Amino acid sequence: MELGGLLLYFTALVTMGGIYAVMALGLNLNWGMTGLFNVGIAGFFAIGAYTSALLTTAPARAGGVDVGGLGLPMPVGWLAAAALAAAAAWAIGRICLRLRSDYLAIATIGIAEILRLVALNEEKLTGGAFGIKGIPRPFETMDRPWGEIAMMLLIGLIVLAVYLFLERARNSPWGRVMRAIRDNETAAAAMGKDVEAFRLQAFIIGSAFMGLGGALTAHYLKVFHPEASEPLYATFLVWVMLIVGGSGNNRGAIVGAVLVWLLWTASELITGALPPEWGVKIAYFKMFLVGLLLVVVLQRFPAGILAERPPKLAGRAGQSPEGLR
Amino acid sequence: MIEFINNYLIPGLVLGSIYALGAIGVSMIYSILRFAHFAHGDLMTFGAYLAYAVVVASGWPPLLALPLAIVGTAGATLFIDQLAYRPFRKSRPIVVVIASFGVALMIRAVIMLIWGVQPEPYVEGIQPPLESLQPFRIHEKHAVIVGTSLVLVAALHLLLTRTKMGKAMRAMSDDADLARVTGIGTERVIAWTWIVGAVLAAAAGVLIAIDTQIKPTLGWDLLLPLFAAAILGGLGRPYGAILGGLVIGMIEELSTYPLFGDQPLVTPGYKTGLAFAIMVIMLIWRPQGLLRGRVL
Repeated sequence: MELGGLLLYFTALVTMGGIYAVMALGLNLNWGMTGLFNVGIAGFFAIGAYTSALLTTAPARAGGVDVGGLGLPMPVGWLAAAALAAAAAWAIGRICLRLRSDYLAIATIGIAEILRLVALNEEKLTGGAFGIKGIPRPFETMDRPWGEIAMMLLIGLIVLAVYLFLERARNSPWGRVMRAIRDNETAAAAMGKDVEAFRLQAFIIGSAFMGLGGALTAHYLKVFHPEASEPLYATFLVWVMLIVGGSGNNRGAIVGAVLVWLLWTASELITGALPPEWGVKIAYFKMFLVGLLLVVVLQRFPAGILAERPPKLAGRAGQSPEGLR
Repeated sequence: MIEFINNYLIPGLVLGSIYALGAIGVSMIYSILRFAHFAHGDLMTFGAYLAYAVVVASGWPPLLALPLAIVGTAGATLFIDQLAYRPFRKSRPIVVVIASFGVALMIRAVIMLIWGVQPEPYVEGIQPPLESLQPFRIHEKHAVIVGTSLVLVAALHLLLTRTKMGKAMRAMSDDADLARVTGIGTERVIAWTWIVGAVLAAAAGVLIAIDTQIKPTLGWDLLLPLFAAAILGGLGRPYGAILGGLVIGMIEELSTYPLFGDQPLVTPGYKTGLAFAIMVIMLIWRPQGLLRGRVL
């Protein structure tokens, strides 16, 4: 019995950590590889969550929601989630990517905030503050713990797929252009690279993964309401994960996500044993720690746990790899 | 007409003067320290809670507690700058922006640990509007808010135009390298920029809390209008920030006016979205702002 509880705890930990890893990988493409300062993760996360929830939830179970409730298969919802998040990123990117990154920060945070307002106010679409209930979860008809284990494996496969895709991108000429833009925009432009177009691509793809992360979260939790896309959980926790893990390094993003999520949930075990008024205080204290980690890691350990390693160039020293082709 | 002034213009002016105070700090920090300071809203909240603590402990009216809140917030801001921001002076500005988000979370967590999350009113009970100004419906708190803002803006004007430090601040905001070459002490100017920003932020926080109520997300919720105001006025232009703040405050209040039929023009729930829309339009059409600020 004790062992079964532990197993369920482990699957929950890995599943949610894996979903965070998908978002941290998306942020790594934005920030780590291209230097785009996206602080609106919560916004793309919410777009993905609501899109997929509305498309896949069965009509009768949508709980007060009038629109949506289409009952489509889940993969359709996930693809639509990523696509809609990408479309939002395209619109924001077109306006803000040519300005300095501070503006992108303000714009992304603004979009996230406005989407939260929409989620709260458009009750017919989103169910308002109560959100959407009865979102289907993959393998939910299977017995415990097999359904949980299958869900965990599915998330693991998705993380692996996203990782392989991004590693491929990082090692490709496209990835080299991204690093060039991040490290010296003027030089990249002087080499004839269309800086704005490349940035837009990185911004869109990274944000699509954040949307996918939102969709996976909604399906895993089976309910989604505006509180779930609170910036502390949906934006800043992801930032801490990437920076602790090592920005610029895809493996670092995954390690950071799982590690930070482990610490985040392990503290819940401690909180459970304490009197309730302490439990509330510890939640605030965790918020303080997120802030502190951001500042301290950036000051003292800017490389994170797994530092970025630029891929080795093909060919012998002195020869440009492009020249060989 | 009187109804229009009472219900839309006066609240717009009140909100606008509060935005102006906050936006000046954002704008000056941006132009002198070269980064968007996202913990500014939480400095406002911090100031508001300091004054709240004084009000609760002493029973004074909030306005009397304001000077103490200002001193406390300025001190805390200098402390934060030394610990959190100073090590980043030589790094890329965007790294400090991330750190400022960390600072924002820490300030808010400290506030929640000390004072909890429950929204509290500053002043109990409903206060009638001032009798002598009929038919205009002006509450005492609204007169206090606009009056305090005017005094602070006048003080800022004197500081910027009549003192050496003010001149140095304007010089650094125009061209940091040139200012350094002429022997202006960078760190002192930075310290004074933080003090000015913190004083105005604390005041803005106390004033918005007088107008509404105090809660831990008080300032964070105002970040969008503050940045919109600073960008609208032109970053690095204190007078532009005042103008921007007033414009944004006015537009937010006027937007609920039932111009067509009896429905409000914009649903009140979306007021904040309006500030953002204005900001996006400015970024497309005129990123340097109305008063020709900096574009970075």
